[in-house]
Amino acid sequence: MTVATPTTPALDLTAIRAQFPILSERVRGKRLAYLDNAATTQKPEAMLQALDHYYRKQNSNVHRAVHELAERATTAYEGARDRIAAFIKAPREQIVFTRGTTESINLVARSFLQPRIEPGDEVLLTTMEHHSDIVSWQLAGAKTVAAPLDDDGTLIFDEWLKLLGPRTKLVAVAQVSNSLGTINPIEDIIREAHARGIPVLVDGAQGIAHMPVDMQALDVDFYAFSAHKLYGPTGFGALYAKREHLEAMQPWQGGGDMIRTVAFSGSTWNEVPYKFEAGTPDMAGAIGCAAAIDWLDAIGLEAVAAHEHALLEYGTQRLAEVPGLRIIGTSPRKAGILSFVMDDAHPQDIGSILDMEGVAIRTGHHCTMPLMERFGVPATARASLAIYNGQDDIDQLVNGLMKVHRLFAA
Amino acid sequence: MTVDELAETFEFLGDWEERYRYLIDLGRKLPPLSDAEHDDAHKVRGCMSQVWLAHDVQPGPPKTLHFRGDSDAHIVKGLIAVLFELTSDKTPDEILALDIGSAFERLGLESHISMNRRNGFYAMVERIQQMAATERGS
Repeated sequence: MTVATPTTPALDLTAIRAQFPILSERVRGKRLAYLDNAATTQKPEAMLQALDHYYRKQNSNVHRAVHELAERATTAYEGARDRIAAFIKAPREQIVFTRGTTESINLVARSFLQPRIEPGDEVLLTTMEHHSDIVSWQLAGAKTVAAPLDDDGTLIFDEWLKLLGPRTKLVAVAQVSNSLGTINPIEDIIREAHARGIPVLVDGAQGIAHMPVDMQALDVDFYAFSAHKLYGPTGFGALYAKREHLEAMQPWQGGGDMIRTVAFSGSTWNEVPYKFEAGTPDMAGAIGCAAAIDWLDAIGLEAVAAHEHALLEYGTQRLAEVPGLRIIGTSPRKAGILSFVMDDAHPQDIGSILDMEGVAIRTGHHCTMPLMERFGVPATARASLAIYNGQDDIDQLVNGLMKVHRLFAA
Repeated sequence: MTVDELAETFEFLGDWEERYRYLIDLGRKLPPLSDAEHDDAHKVRGCMSQVWLAHDVQPGPPKTLHFRGDSDAHIVKGLIAVLFELTSDKTPDEILALDIGSAFERLGLESHISMNRRNGFYAMVERIQQMAATERGS
């Protein structure tokens, strides 16, 4: 088996895996091959220790009291904002803490888009968007228009451009498709949209942990991501937004940190980003996310991208050995996602047999029903890669798929 | 077939691969539903795979329920066949007295009726119990 040689030095996979306690779990009596990273990534020791340390040594409500614990918690929490901002090369005031990508998108839909649209106004999407990046705009009253894809799962850029019209009030696009792995040309999309004065939201859920991102260079209006797909805790995420947008937007939820003054005759809001952070925030989530970023940054996103790309190429080659298997999503620009269907078995059959072999993948529509319709499949099986995956995981997957073939081939 | 007989067969088969092979065969032998019955009225809500369920009331006496069903996933179809072995051609009271959860546990198939799978099969078990409850009342 010949494999593309990575351009950067190979990662020390053994050392990386040793950082993830859960990877030594046995499942169904087998070695765990965890290939469901697009759903959520596993957590490194450094992140787990940061959460533990927070609750043992720092826990207190932030921004509220004068006692020492409150000071420790606030310092750690606001330090996390600095760390997250630095990671995506943005000013700290432009990082709004949320519960994740979905809430970040909903915040933009409610506070930014909804007050600016009239009936018939459009949000231009692509056919590969996640339901969060479709339904949020519909709930805000916008008409959703989707640009088509090639058969290999690449956005047809010229068609997208034609749909960018006078009614387009916002462009929203996934950085990386969660179902196909396609990397979208977000730089070109932002340039063309901005040339027409249209703001752009990038759904970074599947991009943030797999390639470097730079808010300054990208000049994007909004960028949404979740901590749990970034080796961090669940229930925490962030929205980056341009300062002018944050200043102009009204708060979405009321209470707690978002307040400056409250009177029964009317209240005033805190400054950005706090006016969007109602209630006691997820302190542990922010601190855990920053710890995960520290850990990942020490490896370096360039090295991560090179490792996952080499593994994607290996996986693509090896899946071709499985009789009757067809990969859905073969764009030349792809991140580490292998979505596929098999002639003889339903994706759920594939998932069930792989589970017995210790291989964790996702099966279903991946919250992208319009995309499934585009490719004429009810569902796919999806293996998705992370930093701790190696060729052994792919080999275990392929051995499992050979078993699927033997069991189901009529 | 009773739970005991099924459990005996499963034990005899030994490893999980043989048991799954048997399950898949049971599914393949399931009498087909008509095209017309593959409609929304017979569809059981699920996430990963599609499941259809039809039933006929056999007046008796005693009154019994006969079930027919299908799925686009092989393993789910096998599970449906097992479920029908346990519930079909039984009286509503007999069906309601069955502990389907522990029956599947005995067969080592409990993970398939867990909430996590959301595969329509879980919903099918509930639908059969509802049908039995309705028929007992009528």
